Amino acid sequence: MTIISRGFHGRRPSEGTKLPPGQYETNGFPVLSAGPTPHVEKSSWELSVTTEDGRRHTWDWAALMALPSESPTVDLHCVTKWSKFGTEWRGVSLDVLLADVETAAEYALVTSYGGYTTNVPLADLLDGKAWITYSYDGDDLAPEHGGPARLLVPHLYLWKSAKWVRGIELLESDTPGFWETVGYHNYGDPWREQRYQGD
Amino acid sequence: MARTAVPGRLGDRLCWRVAEVTGRRVESPTAVTVVLDVPDWPGHLAGQHVDVRLTAEDGYSTQRSYSIASASDGQRLELTVQRLPDGEVSPYLVDELKPGDQLELRGPVGGWFVWGQDQTEPILLVAGGSGLVPLMCMIRAREMAGSRAPFRLLYSVRGPDELLYRSELREGSPGLDISYLYTRQAPPDAPRPPGRVAPHDLVRNGWPPDFGPTCYVCGPTGFVEKATAYLVLLGHAPERVRTERFGG
Repeated sequence: MTIISRGFHGRRPSEGTKLPPGQYETNGFPVLSAGPTPHVEKSSWELSVTTEDGRRHTWDWAALMALPSESPTVDLHCVTKWSKFGTEWRGVSLDVLLADVETAAEYALVTSYGGYTTNVPLADLLDGKAWITYSYDGDDLAPEHGGPARLLVPHLYLWKSAKWVRGIELLESDTPGFWETVGYHNYGDPWREQRYQGD
Repeated sequence: MARTAVPGRLGDRLCWRVAEVTGRRVESPTAVTVVLDVPDWPGHLAGQHVDVRLTAEDGYSTQRSYSIASASDGQRLELTVQRLPDGEVSPYLVDELKPGDQLELRGPVGGWFVWGQDQTEPILLVAGGSGLVPLMCMIRAREMAGSRAPFRLLYSVRGPDELLYRSELREGSPGLDISYLYTRQAPPDAPRPPGRVAPHDLVRNGWPPDFGPTCYVCGPTGFVEKATAYLVLLGHAPERVRTERFGG
């Protein structure tokens, strides 16, 4: 049974936009983090990919910059209800990053400077669906938004797009990350409104 | 960052519940506490929030998250809502909602920004504006549990008119120290001139890092960024500083 809120009119999303259930549109760029913002220098930054048999691939900042980049324009959906349309990023596709990584793993656990973790099926990082981004709206990515580099997986709720990304562990079994162990959904598809465990 | 478990309800679906408004208290010119009766409310941890869903007559519905202000107490739940000038939902909750009205909510949500009575270490609460709400829930939960964990609250607020829970904070509680940081307009007897939170505020009114406190910081993004950066610079371990931010 739906309860009608007496006297509530609300705002409808702007023409032509399509919001996932329960979301509203914002023009700002809110910040959500569980702790202090880590400040990571590009000169000491490193990204690693570790396969299920322990082989480790690493990129420093110069190596990341040397890879071909893309400029995705994507919509963001945060589990705290806001959605932001048409955000412009620059970064390296995970297809490029993982091209020479041999793996039979099906799951990824993404780790961040500062200790944050989140899990994503590996298939959701491939086929043009995910990037390591270092620029937002034409500028260097600000620390509070995950700079110097963050993962961007826009088809899932934004907590999956780990800020301050530092490593991707490729695993044979699924390992829940930080929010996934405190009640949030394991997969997090905004279009199926998978906010919390059991949704 | 350590992992914490949410007791008792892993895997349970969070269902929508129909809550009835049983009361309303004006806290400041822009904030109201809505008192709700929520049948079969499972209880909550101090610091958790709920999702509220409003539905218009034509079926349009929208959701927002609000921190719980009251300590867990049966079916009674209190939310303190700050009216945002251009908000879609908060002006309705602050200005329109009356006792007898119903709304839908689900929760409790969030298992990280929480305090439990098993925590005996010193606690530092740093509130910016309406970021006080989940921290007030912790203060009330401490009081209700009879906990003797030492609490310190730093409450940054524009001016005396905007203080939330004024009389309850004035009354205080043994073992709870409160410092007010007025940012725009301070009363004549205030110990510091008006201004934004600065490192010396956290030194003077917080805990030394070697006391091993857990710090909870809640407020607008800019405030939280500053306060947490200062805490880390002062030597607090980043994993002992928990944050909740709101606004762009």
